[in-house]
Amino acid sequence: MFATCFRTFRTGNKYGLLARYESTLVIAEHNNESLAPITCNTLSAAKKIGGDITVLVAGTKCDAVAQSVSKANGVSKVLVAENDAFKGFLPEALTPLILATQNEHKFTHILTGATAFGKALLPRVAAKLDVSPISDIIGIKAADTFIRTIYAGNAIQTLKCKDNIKIVSVRGTAFEAIPLEGGSAKCEPALTGDYKSQLAEFIKQELSKSDRPELTSAKIVVSGGRGMKSGDNFKLLYSLADKLNAAVGASRAAVDAGYVPNDLQVGQTGKIVAPNLYIAVGISGAIQHLAGMKDSKTIVAINKDPEAPIFQVADYGLVADLFKAVPELTEKL
Amino acid sequence: MTRALVGVKRVIDYAVKIRVKSDKTGVVTDGVKHSMNPFDEIAIEEAVRMKEKKLVEEVIAVSCGPPPCQDVIRTALAMGADKGIHVEISGSEYETLQPVHVSKILAKLAQDEKADLIIVGKQAIDDDSNQTAQMIGGILDWPTGTFCSKIEKNDSELTVTREVDGGLEVIKMKMPAVLSADLRLNEPRYATLPNIMKAKKKPIKKLTAKDLGIDTSARIEILSVEEPPVRQAGAIVPDVDTLIAKLKESGHV
Repeated sequence: MFATCFRTFRTGNKYGLLARYESTLVIAEHNNESLAPITCNTLSAAKKIGGDITVLVAGTKCDAVAQSVSKANGVSKVLVAENDAFKGFLPEALTPLILATQNEHKFTHILTGATAFGKALLPRVAAKLDVSPISDIIGIKAADTFIRTIYAGNAIQTLKCKDNIKIVSVRGTAFEAIPLEGGSAKCEPALTGDYKSQLAEFIKQELSKSDRPELTSAKIVVSGGRGMKSGDNFKLLYSLADKLNAAVGASRAAVDAGYVPNDLQVGQTGKIVAPNLYIAVGISGAIQHLAGMKDSKTIVAINKDPEAPIFQVADYGLVADLFKAVPELTEKL
Repeated sequence: MTRALVGVKRVIDYAVKIRVKSDKTGVVTDGVKHSMNPFDEIAIEEAVRMKEKKLVEEVIAVSCGPPPCQDVIRTALAMGADKGIHVEISGSEYETLQPVHVSKILAKLAQDEKADLIIVGKQAIDDDSNQTAQMIGGILDWPTGTFCSKIEKNDSELTVTREVDGGLEVIKMKMPAVLSADLRLNEPRYATLPNIMKAKKKPIKKLTAKDLGIDTSARIEILSVEEPPVRQAGAIVPDVDTLIAKLKESGHV
């Protein structure tokens, strides 16, 4: 009984504060060397919410990243947590740090980019705070009202969050990246603690190396599907991509068939891209693939099947054998 | 011995082109083909394979939702799960049922059933939240291996390979643990007719959220569900030269 009264009183009090201003914690994503570009998109979402923005940089090496994000316009504070416990950025280690930080500062919003990192981390934090998180938002209507897609991008849901703390992951392609300039936030050490996880241990990473631009932020993306017929044939797309300074993507069919690694998958369950130009080669255009690319400014489809659904979303369609059309395109560009 | 709890969700079939209701309250589900969420099929398959390798003793399939959810539990049983639990949630309560609720239900069931491994799909293809495994891990304070493409079990330790943005990563974790299945974890089997018949005899326990002491009151208010903007119809170009000309015209190359 007493506990209930106490809780009601506290919630009421907190709400009074909330009504006056928002304060947002953005969890920076990085690789201990540089800031992941999606953090800049996330910061722009944080700006839309309004109020103070604090960025938390946690990792085994944070200096360079903290310095660069402190220059972002609109950031008021950077909290730095450098600790060996954060090796591999395990949610089991980061969650207690975020909870301690939240406890200290009472943020109204906690945001990350909707990447593998953000998706793995935020719901764990939300569970600890007993909050219903909101995934992969594409718009912000108010501090408590968000827009997101459901059903593989085939419906757009606007929802109002009833929880006190809003825990939100942000779709990078839906928000402009803010430049890392014009700001001069203070860097401060975050709360120290014993964050080493006894539950999980990072062993290793096997990252695909590429000189091409990163898929989710590339201006042009060239993607191949089942029609490529083999991994070797992807060379055709790499040549075209190099000519255009484009990133290379793939449909699920191409990944499942082993033509390319899984991190190239574009779609509902892979990466969401929205480049200026998306060239789909030998991709039929299943619902799940369209979910990952249909916000591209211009879509080009090269497919020999005139009935392929991809032509219904393509601005320019070329009904042709890709093994002839792609080399010709590469040569003539 | 390990007991695995697997969450299975009944969703609109992945191949269906969904329609948004004209009153903007949601999508049309009546009379639309439903099936097991594809990622959950992968989760069940993995649990059954672990059982076949004698790494898991019992596989329990759980679904939260209206009565037809029993169909997906039956499918899981036909694939090799030993028993099912249906946590019935219907009507308006189901419309705002979120991973926050489901994860509490699964966490409670895992404790009640003394499960030490929970496997769910990485996301449901209807709400696309990608939250449940992570939240169960948070509630139970268990390590969570998300987006798994490979799971190895040695005694009370799991080594999982995860699909991350730049490639793959390997994490070692202690049991009990929560895992979420990515597409490339396995190729789910088809339930054969004899197994479908056998599954009819396997038990499904019926519960409500209330029985479990879980509050399912809404955490969100759905203000609207709308059609996404329709893309302008494009043009078919006759040859590569025209395509290049068009791309130059629009400033892309």
